[in-house]
Amino acid sequence: MSTATPLARLRTSGLLWPLVALAALLAVNVAARPSFVSVTVRDGHLYGSLVDILRNGAPTLLVALGMTLVIATRGIDLSVGAIAAIAGAVACTYIGASGDAGAAVVGMLLALLLCAVLGVWNGFLVSVLGIQPIIATLVLMTAGRGLAMLVTDGQIITVNNEAYSQVGAGFLVLPVSILISLGVFAALAVLTRRTALGLLVESVGINPEASRLAGVRSRTIVWTVYVFAALCACVAGLMITSNVNSTNANSVGLWIELDAILAVVIGGTSLAGGRFSLAGTLVGALVIQTLTTTVYNVGIPPQTIQVFKAAVVIAVCLMQAPKFRALLVRRRTPAAPAAATPAPATSEAGPR
Amino acid sequence: MTEVPTAARPAPQAAPVVEMRGISIEFPGVKALQGVDFRLLPGEVHALMGENGAGKSTLIKALTGVYAVDAGEIRVGGGPVTFSGPAASQAAGISTVYQEVNLCANLTVAENILLGREPRRAGSIDSRAMRARAREVLTRMGLHVDPASTLGEHPIAVQQLVAIARAVAVDARVLVLDEPTSSLDADEVAELFRIMRSLRDAGTAILFVSHFLEQVYEISDRMTVLRNGRLVGEYRTAQLPRLDLISAMIGRELGEMDAIARSADAGHADASRVPVLRASGIARAGSVEPVDLEVHAGEVVGLAGLLGSGRTELVRLLFGADRADRGTIEVQGRPVTIRNPRQAIAAGIAFASEDRKGEGLIADLSVRDNLVLAMQAARGWTRPIPRRTKDELVARYIEALDIRPANPDALIRNLSGGNQQKVILARWLVTEPRLLILDEPTRGIDIGAKAQIMKLVTELAAGGMAVVFVSAELEEVLRISDRVVVLRDRRKIAEIGERGASVADVMSLIAAGSESTALERTAS
Amino acid sequence: MRTTVTTATPATTTDAVAPAARPTRSRVPGRLVPVLATLVLFVLMFGAGAARYENFGTPQTIVNLLIDNSFLVVLAVGMTFVILTGGIDLSVGSVVALSTMVAAWGLQQGVPAPLLLVGILVLGTAFGLLQGFVIQRFDIQPFIVTLAGMFLARGLSLLISDESISIDDDTFQAIASGSITLPGEVYVTYSVLIALAVLAVAAYVLHRTRFGRTVYALGGNEQSATLMGLSTARTKIGVYGISGFCASLAGLLFSFYMLSGYGLHAVGMELDAIAAVVIGGTLLAGGAGYVVGSLLGVLVLGTIQTLISFDGTLSSWWTKIFIGALLLAFIVLQRAALRRRG
Repeated sequence: MSTATPLARLRTSGLLWPLVALAALLAVNVAARPSFVSVTVRDGHLYGSLVDILRNGAPTLLVALGMTLVIATRGIDLSVGAIAAIAGAVACTYIGASGDAGAAVVGMLLALLLCAVLGVWNGFLVSVLGIQPIIATLVLMTAGRGLAMLVTDGQIITVNNEAYSQVGAGFLVLPVSILISLGVFAALAVLTRRTALGLLVESVGINPEASRLAGVRSRTIVWTVYVFAALCACVAGLMITSNVNSTNANSVGLWIELDAILAVVIGGTSLAGGRFSLAGTLVGALVIQTLTTTVYNVGIPPQTIQVFKAAVVIAVCLMQAPKFRALLVRRRTPAAPAAATPAPATSEAGPR
Repeated sequence: MTEVPTAARPAPQAAPVVEMRGISIEFPGVKALQGVDFRLLPGEVHALMGENGAGKSTLIKALTGVYAVDAGEIRVGGGPVTFSGPAASQAAGISTVYQEVNLCANLTVAENILLGREPRRAGSIDSRAMRARAREVLTRMGLHVDPASTLGEHPIAVQQLVAIARAVAVDARVLVLDEPTSSLDADEVAELFRIMRSLRDAGTAILFVSHFLEQVYEISDRMTVLRNGRLVGEYRTAQLPRLDLISAMIGRELGEMDAIARSADAGHADASRVPVLRASGIARAGSVEPVDLEVHAGEVVGLAGLLGSGRTELVRLLFGADRADRGTIEVQGRPVTIRNPRQAIAAGIAFASEDRKGEGLIADLSVRDNLVLAMQAARGWTRPIPRRTKDELVARYIEALDIRPANPDALIRNLSGGNQQKVILARWLVTEPRLLILDEPTRGIDIGAKAQIMKLVTELAAGGMAVVFVSAELEEVLRISDRVVVLRDRRKIAEIGERGASVADVMSLIAAGSESTALERTAS
Repeated sequence: MRTTVTTATPATTTDAVAPAARPTRSRVPGRLVPVLATLVLFVLMFGAGAARYENFGTPQTIVNLLIDNSFLVVLAVGMTFVILTGGIDLSVGSVVALSTMVAAWGLQQGVPAPLLLVGILVLGTAFGLLQGFVIQRFDIQPFIVTLAGMFLARGLSLLISDESISIDDDTFQAIASGSITLPGEVYVTYSVLIALAVLAVAAYVLHRTRFGRTVYALGGNEQSATLMGLSTARTKIGVYGISGFCASLAGLLFSFYMLSGYGLHAVGMELDAIAAVVIGGTLLAGGAGYVVGSLLGVLVLGTIQTLISFDGTLSSWWTKIFIGALLLAFIVLQRAALRRRG
């Protein structure tokens, strides 16, 4: 049984259930509309439902990548949606009516700079002042959208800039936005697994005090991941606004933090911090986007998306919860002699 | 096989209030208890004895309903019982005080004493009556604590006594005290014993766990000894000499520990040379008064003193785990600033904390990752240790320290305490430190691993490393150290230069001025 | 609201301990400091408003704060229970929306109003209990479970209808428009009375019942609470049930206020509730806080809004910025207080 080994590896990697969910969703789509999988080439660009999933999922994936590292350090960043709105507001306000490519570049750099500062702010609250991440980032989540409105003066700002449109709507065989997100994914994968960054992030997330005593720069690492998350959110904000050539501070990146957290959790990274899986996050982001696409594709009223999202979240979380799995295992083998298992039974549920 | 020559079983004066028969509990990979029998009589103080890992706490948790038993029978008051949880055990009249204060620091003292059985009037909690009842219990125990004050404001010792007050407040038939004295001073211990005796005389059965033999002999009537999850025997305290008790607990002759005793001329520190570490007047408000300390290459310096004497606090300052607010440190004659662990590591200092789980292990990472962590942290994340170097290092240390299982990919959380400790040691040895500080490196590990670690320390010193060795076990400190620094009340009170100091010598130093008893590990 | 102060040290015992020997003993209020800070803040802000704008410093303005935020008070009370245990409930905003929707749709379908009122409360409570059950039984983080609950409730309400449905039922209209005039020409709506009643009951439950004290114990140290033999599992599920009840009740108050049901009502209201609880001095880590603080938190948030609308020159988004700044100030203060203690 040579197939046993890869399957076993898949199971232990925690990717099994997210992949099953993704495959199931894709199967539903194909069943509903066989042309779903077809990809056509026009003008050297790829088109098709699958490409759409990638393109529409790009911002969420990007934000989720930043979120993965934050969550691995036992943190959470609720402010990414607001940061995306600020990024869109700053870039679009600066570019304004200018069609000049230079203006687009400067505008985006400005947004990146400002978002880096916001990331530094979040990181400062968490790593230096030691404030709980959920509440530290709630500050910017609340105030951030106000700041974005301040920048745009509450107006919807439209831009008409060829260079800027490329970020969200451009094509380079594949949509530029997904190339950016996949590029960040690849770079991050290399960065965390080929250098020692991944090890140090995980060690800080699992046991901050032991890491400090082993000489790990916990504070710097935690600080860095918040800056990185803010930068990811910034680029996501640029993608979203560039795709529609306008910014609305009220709606850009609204609830994207929740989708991103979902993607991370579905991908098997525990909200309690520690071991993380970038591949899992990729799959998680795809699951969420495919879900949305499926609802439209299959012809279910779009209002139900949220219900399906809830169902997927609960299903995946339950499948990953050791206690729920223990319950299933016990059901499957009723012959187990011990009527009651000792309290620390969680470890038998297997590593993630 | 389990039949070990036991002292003549005392004829029970009364029917046992608790009777456990053939108790077995198994965790994944560990047989914590195997067919253990245990009896507790009304009106006795019964000590449960055994080394770490013998199964004491598992047995207690079976009795208090925290763990369900896999096999065996528990009878309370003659009838068989099955506890679904701590509440069920409490309802059966069993009250427990755990080693760590298991109370809620954010609530008031009165609430902590009476939570779950508050006096109520017309369905609502009568807080006036509750305070009065709590005050009555506290007064009965001779404690002067305001019942309305928040528990967290009080020192740990007081919190511990409040936990006992909680147990006393229910007039329990059975009182389980799991290491209640570890954070109490002599007066408080005396106070506790007074309370225990009066409860015993009133007919309460008390199960007492303590590793202070002195206290066990002072208070207990009978004892049960466990070893490796099995029953060794049940004895009358008065009829069991200490040496016999110790050999029942550790199951081998003490002589085995002698193998690790260093020959008198082994560590030959050259005092004329520049010391590896020279700390002058190092201090931190509220934790250590100014201390001078020198450690030379090839020398093991032991720190002896009671819990709270400042021994752990001092080494934490040397490593920068806590920040010293006064004093200077020189390493190899050069003054260094040590404000955090990174600076200490850069100066060639390594430190294994006493709290292995909380401050040492990265539980969810592999042995390999744990082992290289300090080295990797020092290199920074941009310069990963090359795979081959890493594998070589890991393989070398797994073999050298006999780490089991010898699998670098095993998660460290699944290793035994002794092997975890070895990985932590290896983590520091790969950084090739000049000075190795070990705080309680042998706590909570089995005797075999203990001997291995002691031997390793000896070898390291022989190889020229300077070592600071902290342990609560005087015997151990004296065996391994070239020089012993004695601490008391956060001060250094003596330094015993030559080998040959006896446990009694050090004890009398520590005891001088302080109010006798409550000595740790007086097994000598 | 006397009940919340019951645990404070009575003056007599303070005297008995030691005459000024220990400075730490002098702080009688201790646990009340954060609530007092919020009270002072509210008084200052309100005073500033009264000094600056005409017609601001009237009793009616204060009552209006409650009238406009009665649903938020109820929501914050429920959230306080959850946060006291160290949990969080993100679903409440969506449950408010769902409740307004069920109310409006139910009335449209001809369901009698009293039956509907009870039904919605039962539904909300059940929804909360279910979330609590999943959290407790399977040990999944409250954040993620209630996030799913948030999607579910929002999705269900949009599923009923994606349009706003207006309410013209007589009972609802009567409750919505009815008011009681207090001496001094001040009028209050029934919603305010309901919110204050909820607050009083919550204070009683938290301080005078075993369930309430277990809530605090859970937030202080869950393991200890379990070892003390308290029914932690039941309590943990219970607080989410209470939060669900409060959310559906807040939904009813909101439908009285808006006289419509809509799936996009109360978007982000869970954040307002959390902000109110935190500004009211409750520790997000659990174990310390008072429902009265949450009321003050709501009043502070309401005052900011009122101030900005009175000003007229400031744009509405300043509200968010101010709330963010306030949150920050309170968090940093809490942090500093914790450091000093530890």
